Amino acid sequence: MTKVLMSGNNIIGEAAIRAGCRFYAGYPITPQNELTEYMAEHMRTVEGGVFIQSESEIAAIHMIVGASSAGARVMTSSSSPGISLKQEGISSMAANELPGVIVNIMRGSPGLGNIRPSQGDYFQATRGGGHGDYRTIVFAPATCQELADLTMNAFDLADIYRTPVMILADGMMGQMMEPVVFKKPKPRQYSEKFMLRGAGQGKSKFIRSLILDAIDMEEHNWKLARKYQIITEKETLHEEYKTEDAELVIVAYGTAARIAKGAIKRLRENGMKVGLFRPITLWPFPELKLRTLSKKVKNYLVFELSTGQMLDDVRLALQGYADIGFHGRPGGVVPTPAELANVAARHYEKAD
Amino acid sequence: MMTKTIFSGFGGQGVLMMGYSLAHGAMNKGYHVTYLPSYGVEVRGGTANCTVAVADEEITSPVSSEPDNLVVMNSPSLTTFQNKVTHGGIIFLNSSIIDARPSRQDIKVYAVPCGDMAQEVGNIRVANIIMMGAFIKKTGVVPADIYLKSLETIMGSRKKSAAEVNRKAFAAGYDFAKD
Repeated sequence: MTKVLMSGNNIIGEAAIRAGCRFYAGYPITPQNELTEYMAEHMRTVEGGVFIQSESEIAAIHMIVGASSAGARVMTSSSSPGISLKQEGISSMAANELPGVIVNIMRGSPGLGNIRPSQGDYFQATRGGGHGDYRTIVFAPATCQELADLTMNAFDLADIYRTPVMILADGMMGQMMEPVVFKKPKPRQYSEKFMLRGAGQGKSKFIRSLILDAIDMEEHNWKLARKYQIITEKETLHEEYKTEDAELVIVAYGTAARIAKGAIKRLRENGMKVGLFRPITLWPFPELKLRTLSKKVKNYLVFELSTGQMLDDVRLALQGYADIGFHGRPGGVVPTPAELANVAARHYEKAD
Repeated sequence: MMTKTIFSGFGGQGVLMMGYSLAHGAMNKGYHVTYLPSYGVEVRGGTANCTVAVADEEITSPVSSEPDNLVVMNSPSLTTFQNKVTHGGIIFLNSSIIDARPSRQDIKVYAVPCGDMAQEVGNIRVANIIMMGAFIKKTGVVPADIYLKSLETIMGSRKKSAAEVNRKAFAAGYDFAKD
């Protein structure tokens, strides 16, 4: 397998096309423009590929709703403010059980914010984001190789569970380059019976989320909930790094987890036993794995490029069984591993 | 082995190309590598920088707390980054346009007049490749032949004469750093 040096944004595009994505609609926004640009350049080189630069983010998400209904593998991408605009469509995809991949290359927010890396959209991504009782599978890659692998997996999971899947990364992941190897994608498994392609001689099909009867709507909600339960049981992913002998564990995802690993290296050079717990799926959150770890380790430091959002999930997982500290740098600031190491060292000593 | 380098200068000086070509060379040598460019609202004449981490093990953080090497192509970059360099680290500076010198005594400084040397080679735009010649000679992050091969791959389909000028420029920087 040959390695190629590519930026995160381009990797997502290449992985999507290799995975069979044939419909992409998007509207430009920094720091994910290179992805839209990549799709514009490469969608036309594959058979049946469609690229549309839509008039808005709202148009883009509804275009992929339509294309997904017709059976295409679909993707759209944006950055924080643009993802807010897409929420209506994401809710619609969840309700209509339509597969699709949504990429959020987060920037400093709220509002228009800035274009620097940030992790302020955790709540929006993991709590559904749009209206109604639904969840979105959320992947949080931390390396360029993971961007490639998880993008491909995202399409498969979207099909298996007929639900939207989000790739949640940030400006740094989008711009950073690392060597990657693209794995061979699995053949698509998605039944024709879910696709609207004209009834022909068969029975007519419906895809709809307007269910006026409350009892029917309730059952639809429970049906989705049962699906989310299965996803929670089967699809949770996380990484543990040097936790075997750890006395303090940093909990971080994505870019923050990379900085945390750098900090851990420094701390261990100074004799402090620090490890990392890194959720790879943010929803479903690896709650049980973290709780299991708390039998061994009682001291935690949550580190996010936000004012503290995943912190809530860590608290829910640990339920008071462990000490939880927090260090956050919101708004587009990316601290150095040295800074985090200093914070962690204070937290480490406090526990003794 | 783990080496982190920050390249910095004016937009248009080929600062990102320096980092990208090093990253490409490191990949071809079989090392782990991350290339982290600055991005944003910069324009030609503004500042640009990138961080390249090269290691024979998993690279933890692409962000550098204390880079081993700093390559600065203009004065503002020297001011911004000189105090980040690790104890015992190296600063390469473009002495054609940087008059100041770091006041620190715990680091090595190599002044490379890569702007003037580029004029001699015949193209001011290869000042960055001259600097890379000196950088590769002094640091040995990747072997010169692998770096040059990567540079050729990156330049790809562009004119053959450009490849020739780059090769000459690299050799000039490499030889300069021998002394």
